[in-house]
Amino acid sequence: MTDLSRRKLIIGGLAATAGVAGLGVAARLAQKYGLIPPDHGGIYGLGETLTYASHRLLTRHSLAREFSQSQISKPPLANEIAPLNDAYKRLQAGGFADWRLTVTGMVDRPGSFSLAQLKSYPRRSQITQIACEEGWSYIAEWIGVPLSHVLDLVGVQPQARYIVYFSIDPDWWDSIDMSDAMHPQTFLAYGMNGDELPVGNGGPLRMRVPRQLGYKSVKFITHLTATDSLKRFGKGLGSASPEGGYAWYAGI
Amino acid sequence: MAESESAQVPLEAYVATTASAVASTASTIPSASVTPRHSALVRITHWITTLCFLALLVTGLEIVVSHPRFYWGETGNVLMTPLFKIPIPSSRSLVPTGYGYVLPDQNGWSRYLHFQAAWIAVLTGLLYVISIFFSGHLRKDLLPGKSDLSWRSFSTTIAGHLRFKRPSESEAWSYNVLQRLSYLFVIFVLFPVMIWTGLAMSPAFVSTFPVTVTSLGGQQSARTIHFFVTIALTVFVLVHFVMICVAGFKRRMLAMITGKMIAGRADTHTEHT
Repeated sequence: MTDLSRRKLIIGGLAATAGVAGLGVAARLAQKYGLIPPDHGGIYGLGETLTYASHRLLTRHSLAREFSQSQISKPPLANEIAPLNDAYKRLQAGGFADWRLTVTGMVDRPGSFSLAQLKSYPRRSQITQIACEEGWSYIAEWIGVPLSHVLDLVGVQPQARYIVYFSIDPDWWDSIDMSDAMHPQTFLAYGMNGDELPVGNGGPLRMRVPRQLGYKSVKFITHLTATDSLKRFGKGLGSASPEGGYAWYAGI
Repeated sequence: MAESESAQVPLEAYVATTASAVASTASTIPSASVTPRHSALVRITHWITTLCFLALLVTGLEIVVSHPRFYWGETGNVLMTPLFKIPIPSSRSLVPTGYGYVLPDQNGWSRYLHFQAAWIAVLTGLLYVISIFFSGHLRKDLLPGKSDLSWRSFSTTIAGHLRFKRPSESEAWSYNVLQRLSYLFVIFVLFPVMIWTGLAMSPAFVSTFPVTVTSLGGQQSARTIHFFVTIALTVFVLVHFVMICVAGFKRRMLAMITGKMIAGRADTHTEHT
């Protein structure tokens, strides 16, 4: 073995060791600062983790773009929805008077809210774009109460890291991290374009997460829970989306 | 176009006799046995980018199939008039396509792979671009020389291409002016615009950098430009492939894989046509 190749070998070995150690430290830090998405396993984990981590570093506090009244899409689009189940139809027949939003998990005061209660809280609106992963989009005015307001009412505990939210349709549930949950534009939306939220758009109550693609804005919300780990929910990938092959984080 | 040129002449001897007559910017033609035709970094980044491009193309088409309509401006959906439609069936029943059936949904894995390949392509591209500034590859091989930018040089090169003339041996060690300009265009225009329009479709990214989408006229404009750049890059790849076949597929492939440019012996043209 020549001196040159030995030197190369030593340098290469040191570089590899430093690289592995560096990756280990980076992974530990990323976990600590919440930069690892729940669907980080598997062959696409690298891309997902890079996207989520870079977005968390770049966009944590930024606001989704807002538009003017004149830019609201007319007529408003209502995407296809799955057939409504009997539980939904019963509540619909009663004018949604008995619709409840229950909040559980790592909160000091678990609670249950009627639509009337939610509507009594500070009413906020935003004119934002909803973009579907398929490629289409529309702009609408969304009216509701910021999710952070409800989370403050129930007293989310500091160790909570995610809010998991459930549709009345048991196939649909999703979750967001606390920085999205406490974001001022993340709404529990009950109105649209100055009116009630239409059924086709998720009425009477829909999650609205404007910095992510439309599928994170789950329709027909009935239940929220605060948690420090997504492992206990479904297959532990954070939402129904990764179980159906779609990414958990959809800020793309 | 099946003439076979001086196949028996060893490369080095051939190079020595023709080098003086070469009107290319390649100042020296290195000895084939010592200097690789393509540096290891160029070869590795080339093939990673190739794989990423193919993955991005296939998954991108899969994503387009879920909404094969394109718009201009901020918004676009089935209730709006598109700029144009692609006359293919869709993987979503909501899209009126005129076809009586709906294709299976492949968006989940397509999206995962699209963004994964995009990350790898961007990181590889960054490594490549930074390295070519320092290695001299940009200055020596990509930026056209002064003599290349004359009309005479252009017309000679274009005429040669139109006649599918095989490149001279000197060009095996360098790039002609059309190659240089198209590589520069791909590296410094098409790829950056692709990344930019991709990011401009991200609701989270544009919340921090809104000008990246407002300057394009809106999110749907970004999507439409992204599609057009896909076509441009696909045309580039196809032409690139045809040119490799014209110039000698086996030799050029070996040069890009192993770095070694073998002598012209095996490079008879008939095997490719």
